[in-house]
Order: sequence, then C-alpha cells, then structure tokens
Amino acid sequence: MPKYILYPGCSLHRMARPYLDSTLALCELLGIELEEVQDWNCCGATEYIAVHHLASYALVGRNLALAAQKVDDTHTVVAACSACYLNLAKTDSYMRQDARLNQQVNEALAAGGLQYIPGSVRVRHLLDVIVNDVGLEHVASSVVRSLKGLRVAPYYGCMIARPDRENRWDNVEHPVAMDRLLKTLGAEVIDFPLKTHCCGGHMTQINLSVAYELIRRLIHGADQYRADVISTLCPICQLNLDAYQGEVNRHFHTSYEMPVLYFTQLMGLAFGLEPETLGIGKEFVAAGPALSHIGVEAVINEGAHATTAVRAGSRKKEKEGLPMPRMPIHEEKSP
Amino acid sequence: MKQLKGQSGQERVGVYVCHCGSNIAGVVDVQQVAEWAAERLERRGVVIARDYRFMCSSLGQELIEKDIKELGLTRIVVAACSPHLHEQTFRIACQRAGLNPYLCELVSIREQNSWVHEDKNAATEKAKAIVSGGVERVLWHEPLEPLHVPIHPATLVVGGGIAGIQAALEIADAGFPVYLVEREPSIGGHMAQFDKTFPTLDCAACILTPRMVSVGTHPHITMLTWSEVTDVQGYVGNFTVTVRKKARYIKTDLCTGCGICQEKCPKKVLDEDFEAGLGYRKAIYTPFPQAVPKYPVIDGSNCTYFQKGTCRACEKFCPTGAIDFEQQDELLTLQVGNIILATGFDLLDARRIAQYGYGRLANVFTSLEFERLSNAAGPTDGNIVLRDGVTTPRTVGIIHCAGSRDRNFNNYCSAICCMQSLKFAHLVKERTGATVYNFYIDIRTPAKAYDEFYQRVLEEGTIFVRGRVAEVTDAARLPGEENRLIIQVEDTLAGLQRRIPVDMVILSVSLQPRWDAKEVAKRFGISCSSDGWIIEKHPKLDPIATMTEGVFAVGCAQGPKDIPSSVAQGAAAAARVLARIQQQEIALEPVRASVEESRCSGCRICNNLCPFNAILFHEDRMVSEINAALCQGCGTCVAACPAGAISGTVFSNEQILSQIEGLLLLNQSEPTQAEMVTA
Repeated sequence: MPKYILYPGCSLHRMARPYLDSTLALCELLGIELEEVQDWNCCGATEYIAVHHLASYALVGRNLALAAQKVDDTHTVVAACSACYLNLAKTDSYMRQDARLNQQVNEALAAGGLQYIPGSVRVRHLLDVIVNDVGLEHVASSVVRSLKGLRVAPYYGCMIARPDRENRWDNVEHPVAMDRLLKTLGAEVIDFPLKTHCCGGHMTQINLSVAYELIRRLIHGADQYRADVISTLCPICQLNLDAYQGEVNRHFHTSYEMPVLYFTQLMGLAFGLEPETLGIGKEFVAAGPALSHIGVEAVINEGAHATTAVRAGSRKKEKEGLPMPRMPIHEEKSP
Repeated sequence: MKQLKGQSGQERVGVYVCHCGSNIAGVVDVQQVAEWAAERLERRGVVIARDYRFMCSSLGQELIEKDIKELGLTRIVVAACSPHLHEQTFRIACQRAGLNPYLCELVSIREQNSWVHEDKNAATEKAKAIVSGGVERVLWHEPLEPLHVPIHPATLVVGGGIAGIQAALEIADAGFPVYLVEREPSIGGHMAQFDKTFPTLDCAACILTPRMVSVGTHPHITMLTWSEVTDVQGYVGNFTVTVRKKARYIKTDLCTGCGICQEKCPKKVLDEDFEAGLGYRKAIYTPFPQAVPKYPVIDGSNCTYFQKGTCRACEKFCPTGAIDFEQQDELLTLQVGNIILATGFDLLDARRIAQYGYGRLANVFTSLEFERLSNAAGPTDGNIVLRDGVTTPRTVGIIHCAGSRDRNFNNYCSAICCMQSLKFAHLVKERTGATVYNFYIDIRTPAKAYDEFYQRVLEEGTIFVRGRVAEVTDAARLPGEENRLIIQVEDTLAGLQRRIPVDMVILSVSLQPRWDAKEVAKRFGISCSSDGWIIEKHPKLDPIATMTEGVFAVGCAQGPKDIPSSVAQGAAAAARVLARIQQQEIALEPVRASVEESRCSGCRICNNLCPFNAILFHEDRMVSEINAALCQGCGTCVAACPAGAISGTVFSNEQILSQIEGLLLLNQSEPTQAEMVTA
C-alpha cells in the first residue's frame, strides 16, 4: 500500500470537510495510505506572501520540515487544496534556487528545532497522484456506478497548473488530467473553455462586485455548455462558486442553480460510496437534482438553511460596494 | 617548467597591435601594449612592435609587408579581432611579402578583451598576456602548404522547394549536372501550396510551375522525387551520396500521367501534407495537378491492395499498364562535388498553443490551412468559408506571432508572418468583404515594397489591434458573443482589455526546423543552432556556406525566410558552387589533425566524436586514420585521444602549452634555460 503524507490545510478541516471526507474514503478504497502531517500550520493562503515574504516562506517551510520527518518510499507530500499545493511547491522550489532564502528559512526553523533540506519531499496535488500514480486503469476497475448521463464541467482554477515548476501537468493553459479522470468514471465531460480561469479567490473579501463577475462568468460558461455539475479540486473555488452563487444570482438577476462538487465526491459516487459518506448534501446549491440523473437518491441538503442565512446577511454588504456594470464598458462594437 | 622554445636568437618576430578605431583603443592602452612587447619580449625574438589605427586597412597591411621585407621578420603576431574575421587578411599580407602565411598568428584582444571588460588597466594587462601567448605560440608555427583536391562537376541539391529549384536551375543552366532529391512525390515545396505571394499578389502557381517544368525537362537535372539521402561520405569535391528511391509502384517509362488511376482508386485519404488536412487525395496520387514529375505514387500504408490484398483498381484501369506492385526501394550511389541543402521548414503544431484553441475550436485555422482555403485549386475552390464548408465569415481575426517571439514556444521572429497576415487580410476582404482584425505585437515589413503593402491593407480598412492575444474562446460572456469565437486581447495602444467576437480565427503559426533537421544535419556533417536551424559559416559575410567545406544551406533550412530571400540564397549558393567547379580544384586549409599510428591503440574514441565524419578506422591494422580533406581542424579528436596519438597542425601540444606559458607570462619571470644557453 503506497503511503503518502497528507497536508490537509485549514480548509479541509473546516469548510471543505466534504473534500477531506471524500478523499479519505476513496483513498481507502483505492489502497492509498494517507498519513497526516503532525502539528501542521496554515500555509499562508494567498494573502500572507503579500504581507511578509520571509515569514510566509518560513511558515510553509515548517510544514515541509514536518512532512520531511514522515516521508518514506514515496517521498511525497500530497495537498488537496490548490493554494496549499502551490505554497508548498513554491517554497520548496524557491529554497532550492535561492541559497540565501534557504538559509534564512532554516534559521527560522532552527528556533523550533526543525530543519528542511529543499527537495527532500516531492510536493504533489491529489489529482496528480490519482491520475499518475494510481492510474486511470485502476480507477476504471473500481467504478461500480458509472456517471453516464451526468454532464460535468471540469474546473481546475488558476493555481494548480501554473506555474508548472516540475512539469507535472499536460498543458498549463488547458490541462486535461481531470477531464480524463472524469471520463474514466463514465461522465460526459464538456470541453470547458474557462477551466483555468480565476474564481475570484479571496476577492470576495476585497471587492465583491469584481468577485461576482468572475464567479458569474464561470457559472454562466458551465450553464451555456449545459453542464449538470461543476467538478472542482480546490476549496476556494468550491466556496466561491457554491456559496456565492445565490448572491451572484441576485446581483445579476439571474437564476443559476449549478451545483459544485469536488472531483473526489464524484469519484466516490462512481465507486459506489454513499453520498453521506462523501459529504454530499453539505453544499449550498443542492446537487441532488443533478445526481438523480445517475440514479443517486435525493440527498437532504443540510446547508439549505445556512444558504438563506448567508444570503440574507450579505445583502446589506452588497449595497456598500459598487455594482458591477451589466455590460463591460469597453465592449467592441460589432461591425 | 617546460622548456621554452629556445629559438629567440633564430626567429625574428613582429608584433602589431590594432586600435580598431576605439573598439580596442577605447579600453586597452594599445601603445603601452606595443611598447611593452618591444621591450619585454625582445629576448623572445620580438624585433619590432607597433600599434596602428586599423591594421586590416591596406596601409596597415602594407606596414606589415614592409617590415617583413626590411627587417627580415620570420614570424608575425597581430593582436586585433577574432581570427574568424581577419586571420585570412593577415595571412595573405604575409604571403604577399614572401612569408609563408601560416607563420602568422592572430590573437584576439577585441572580442575576448576590450568588448567584455571595463577596467582599462586590467584590460591592458590582459592584452599584454594575450600578446605574450601569441608570441610563444608563433615560434612553434611551421610553414604549411594548402591541400589541393579536385572538384567533381556534379552537384547534389537536397529539397525541391523554391530555394532548391533556383539553385538547381542556375547550376544546370551553366551546363553542369545536378541531382535534385525531394522527399515528397513532387517538387514545389510549400510555395506550391500558396495562392498568392506577397507583396505583389502574383499567383504562386503561375510563377512557380514554369520553374518546376524547367527542372523536370532540363537535360542537366536528374530529378529524384519520393527519395531521401540516407548517407554521405567523402569531402568537398568528392562526396559519395547514397539516395533511397522509395518504391513508387509506377513504371515511369510507361506512365503518361493521364490521371485515370487517381479517378478510379476507391480509397479516399485525408491529405495532411499538401492540403494541410483540409482536403482529400486518393491512395494513388499526385499531390496536385501541376505536379512535377507527373507520375503518381501509391501510398502503401493506405492502399487497399497493400493492406488487404485485393482491389488493384488502378492496375485494371491503367491504359498503359504502368502500375507495378512489385517495385522495391532502390539505393542509388551518386558522386558529387558540392551539396546544397534546401530542406525547408515545418509549421509549429498549433495545438500546442492551447489558449488559441486550435484543434478544439472548429473555426480556428492555421496559416497553411488558410493558404489552401484561399487557393483557387484548393478544397473549397478558393471560397473562404468556415469549417462547415458553406458559411462565409463576416468577421475574421488574424493572430500574428502564434508561437513566435514567445519563450514558451519559439523565441525567434518567424519573419514571414507579418506579411503573410497582411496578405490574408487582403484576401479575406477582397473575397468576402468581412471585417478583418489583425492582432500584432509589432508590424515588421522591412523588405522592398513591403511597407507599401501594409499601407495598402491599412487603407482597405483592416483593423489593427496591437497586443498579444491572451485567449481565443467560445465561452460567451456578453450579449452578442453567443456562438462566436471571442478574442480576448489587451489593446496596448488604447490601454484596455478588449473582447472581440469573430467568426473565424487564422493563426500565423511559427515556422520551425523540419522535425528531422538535427538528424539530417548530422548526416551531412554540419551543425544546427539550439533552435534546430542549420548554422551558416558566418551570419553576415558567409550566409550560405556551412562550416563543412562543400556543403551549403539555403532557404528556410537555415532560418525563416520569405520567397525572395530563399531564391536569392539558392542562386547565391549556385554561384559559389559554379565558381568552385570552374576552378576544377580547391585549396584546403592545411589546418588538420593526424594520427601517429604507432601510438594509436585503436580504442575508437575519436571515431564518433568527429563532427565531420573525417575519421576512418582500419579494422585490419586496428588504427584510426584521419582523412585530411575532410578534417576541419576542430581539434576535438586531439583533445579526446587518451594515448595522445593525435596531433593537429597549428594546434600541436607544443603550440598550445607554449601559448599557455606565454599567457601566464612565464617567459618574463625567470631566465629560461634557453636564455641561459644564449647568455
């Protein structure tokens, strides 16, 4: 049983709990042993690096140092969250290239009795491990409930494939690893042109109207392609597209109901796991109607109340920000 | 310490330090270097040291000649630019004054000194060391005589595109035999695929096909199409070339080119070569009606008979019985004196530029596809339509630099794309009246009548947007974008992001070396740059020769080029080859390596290292031998020989070690044994 070190990051233990639950459930089924990094800390997400460079690398360096103590034959630390993956990979890469940064980070780590030799662990995303280590053949052989009839928009977000420091992805502008995986599960995968466009990240905390437009584009795109569900691999993408969908609808007077699930949840379903085990039902936009296409029993949506609460709460906030214009001002006049 | 050559009493050395205007004198104190050499190197045989503004000028050369005659100089050291530039100049000057040209040594104090240093004192000291090294080295030089080899009058031209056609015709018209080898079933190259040529909009076929016919009927040209060069042996003047003539399955002496076989062949094949994937051909085919030669070929991998054993429709219908399924590949051996490579280019695979959607979005076309689309003899009879084959686009976006000037793909500018894109814009406008957008980074129209063509296209109302296109997508975001292709671009002149919906996108895709360019270069004993283009001997002063004597490279084989430049290069190479042939023999630089047989262990390490295939191994005696005519004196084998059995003229161990001692100023620090002897 291959063993990987799992760096879950804050999201997977809180709002992206369904991602963690589904990941653990399907890895058990696939025969992958995941051992969590002990005493890990926050990766700094996308913000900390803008505040303090060295401290943000030291923060990630600590996680790498802790992971390095655990690695065995695979030498691999796996992150499921794209931001965690990017931060771990980036720090490892910068420490390898920049001797001074390496020294400074290690000085900081020494205060806690730790040390990290850059390159001593391989940082990989869960999707990469499943597609390339487990392999699609093994995945195919585990499918007991084909996703045939489910139209899925594979959405990668912007942080997973770019920059591709280790040449892990097939194409940085238009990756297809998840497309292939979902096809293996039997799903009808659309050629989603917006697959690497930004979900807005933490823009929801900074400028709501900008975030709304970024989210709208993605949901509109998936809807235009008649997708039943968007498949994501990043907690921030999932949060933005799912939890903010109601607000986006109100802002733009639209009525999208596009469920957003983690690719691990879709894999779990195809492997015959129960929706509850996979955390399905916790999403804001209920996936139940879409999943009925593949014969999954309607799931009671726990989040329904929360949705209304969030939506009600945020309406006030919306008035403070400038609304996004319905049409961009620089539209090219059609001849 | 190794003994310095104790000939200071015998040899009389002249040292000449060049200012090169301010190129050298601006950084190096040349006068000080000359004075230092005269004083400190006197005991090493320097009898005169001068500095001069331009040593390479006729006055500078005369200065050297005069000194040789008047002072009886026996060795010359010139400290100036790189030997690549002026070694020949000073050797000839020496020769004029009656000194063997190989007794002259040019040391570089420009490229490796004044151009790369800022500290004037340090640069001056370095120049002294370099001069000192040159003096020590030149003492070991020996008078050499060039090697004379006869030139075989036949020439091999590889590649039957416009550059190769031009070269072949020029040489054949002068009355000398030419073998023209072409990989495809017909000559014509990429130019045969085009509809119009910029900037004059001549019909490509109208100007090309007469040339093709001339090649086909020329009494001095042996055309070998559907053939490839598999091996090259020998050296300038005497190459032995092996050509594999692939089985055509056609008896060319019986075939009349009537075309009935193509009509009757039931097997339709997507033509990814000539029609760029937009049209079909049969399993027995000529790529296009004006093909030269007119004989078809049978594509065995698609032919029903070869695959399933039945059919033979072509054989049944052929009125002259010219089909021969039993034909085999033939190996031909040719003797030639010179080789011209005109192997052309490939297009970058546009699918790699994922953000432009080629291969995923139906109405994104490559430049070559558009050439076929606009060609009156193409799959749509010249109608510019969308992938559905019927709809005329109302708006067309042309993207320049698709994969060029882009570190993710090709760093270089593909040179032809600006003009090609302007031509496309004109053709689209003329034939469809559509609105045309050109997305460019810079417009590069440097040749004759090119910028005028740009002005013309501007006046025709084509819209130019300056900025590299970020993405071509079918994801509609705004009203009016549905079911169209949206070009997302930063308009750097207006300073804003634009989304421009169009019906059709044409990518001016980057030109790149042939997929097998490196392999081909190795076969001919020449080298490619890291990009894969063939390296010319000198980028400015010898742009068609290669570092291997007798092998020339023209057209796109050595870098992206338009038709006029390719033709000019083909003609230039022909002129060079003709001059060679008429001299009947060629003098080769006597800078050569040789093997001392008694020390050769037969380990064969040198055999594969030689970039010019100049080393021969004698199985019987178990020793390697170097072919003097083939050797270019690069020194790789000399350095690699573990037994020290190989030495190079002008690069002997003594010469190199003395030069190092000179560079380290060991000739200054203590009296040498030699000096003690003379003292």
